[in-house]
Amino acid sequence: MTQVSSDDVRHLAQLSSLGLSDDEITSLTGDIEAILNYVKQLDELNTDGVEPTYQVTNLENVWREDEIVPDETNADMLLSLASGTAEHQVKVPKVL
Amino acid sequence: MSHIQTIVNDIKGGKISARQAALEAFRKAEENEAFHALLHLTRERALERADDIDARLQKGQPVGRLAGVPFVAKDNFLTFGGPTTAASKLLKDFKAPLQATAIEKLEAEGAICIGKANLDAFAHGGSTENSAFGPTKNAHDQSRVAGGSSGGSAVATALGVVPFALGTDTGGSIRQPASFNGVVGVKPTYGTVSRYGVVAMASSTDTIGCFTKTAEDAELVMEIMSGRDKRDMTTLPDFFAPQEVPAPLKIGLIKDFMSSDVNEEVKTRTLEYIERLRAAGHTVEEVEMPIAKYALAMYYIIVPAEISSNLARYDGIRYGMRADATSLANLYGQTRDTGFEAENKRRIIIGSYVLSSGFFDAYYLKAQKARTLLMKAYNELFEEYDVLVGPVAPTPAFRLGENTEDPVKMYLADIMTVPPSLAGLPALSVPAGKTAEGLSVGMQLIGARKTDAMLLALAKSMEEN
Repeated sequence: MTQVSSDDVRHLAQLSSLGLSDDEITSLTGDIEAILNYVKQLDELNTDGVEPTYQVTNLENVWREDEIVPDETNADMLLSLASGTAEHQVKVPKVL
Repeated sequence: MSHIQTIVNDIKGGKISARQAALEAFRKAEENEAFHALLHLTRERALERADDIDARLQKGQPVGRLAGVPFVAKDNFLTFGGPTTAASKLLKDFKAPLQATAIEKLEAEGAICIGKANLDAFAHGGSTENSAFGPTKNAHDQSRVAGGSSGGSAVATALGVVPFALGTDTGGSIRQPASFNGVVGVKPTYGTVSRYGVVAMASSTDTIGCFTKTAEDAELVMEIMSGRDKRDMTTLPDFFAPQEVPAPLKIGLIKDFMSSDVNEEVKTRTLEYIERLRAAGHTVEEVEMPIAKYALAMYYIIVPAEISSNLARYDGIRYGMRADATSLANLYGQTRDTGFEAENKRRIIIGSYVLSSGFFDAYYLKAQKARTLLMKAYNELFEEYDVLVGPVAPTPAFRLGENTEDPVKMYLADIMTVPPSLAGLPALSVPAGKTAEGLSVGMQLIGARKTDAMLLALAKSMEEN
């Protein structure tokens, strides 16, 4: 049995930049534990010496010509998507 | 029968205008509002495009193979003419600055996007109940789920609002709602259709496909959407070409998905479909695939891992909702807490857990190794069989709210659709009849990589039988 504590979930939430409420932490703790215990059944499979599969296309290093391609978007369009802008830049709260 | 071809012929033959076809789709969309299949309509842009097609026809200019055919796209496809929300609060007001390649290709052939369909927020779910804007109701019974995550697209197609709808399928999100609503659903070989301009969920299994009433219509839509795209380097070199009804095939029924856990009526409809396959001259034998039942466990490690990194981009800074906070850390935390639904958070947390240094080998690496074994099992079966079949889901559409309290129970609805997803294989859901209560049951047809056109040819031939 994998055991998950509310402190574990709090730590994972921090790693994931999720500002969860205490209620959410409590309900997620039970959910996460149940899911992890379900997926643990993979331990029944012998994977010794098996290579992992990270992708299924077998494509590798797909190259293209290094040429300038006109794009339909421009800086003004993209800036208009941000919630805060100033002086043609995206504005964020103080970082330091 | 092709519903799409009928509309194209009527428009090209002057029987109806493209504007009339679009208005008729809007009328049907409004008539069926109670199902909540669509999140918003793109009326202005659709009518402009329809008028353009009508004008071109008058001048005798080319109008494309889908001239004036209305369709809807799941709201995780970036489109013009309205917001692209992914059914999330985070992207509630997001206006896409570009369109998905799949949309561009359909528009180039004259198709007209009339609206955006509901989904589980960010496509996380199997019932469309995780939408931030409320669930979609099943086309046969409004007390039941549409399935998901592409529930809105499936229901809009089933109700005849549009002759085709776009969806995405990462672990069953096209096939399962197709099964629940009695329409054809296509999940292509991974890499068949460009993912450019589609909200990413799990990049190693995300695929773009469609819902239609008939396999013939699906074939046309897939032919147009498929192909290599320089903007998605995982697209495969062009391979999709419609083909004739295949010669007698050797078909394997995956016995592991006909166990006692599977609904009796689902099994009965499956066996009836198999009798029809035999009557059409195909050979069907039972095959064993013991590893298949482990695929769901692999999926709920690999996919949350990919989700946790793909959703890291939603930081509230460059686009989407931004929480009002005085520090950057709080801005991220509050934006993501408010903008994501509970299921999004669950998957992000699981992903962060299985990728964290202490658990990486035990979960993530283990699952990716198991995935290799799953693919090997498929490869061995496809050496002997042309097609593998089985049910799409263990049950017909369940009741709204029935599985929402228990995430593992909800995930189990995907148990038959995730194995082909992890292996990148093409799989269809085709209607296999209904239960005594009038709920639809779907049959899953799975092929080796790049046999998409053969599967559709088989589905077409079975519709004629």
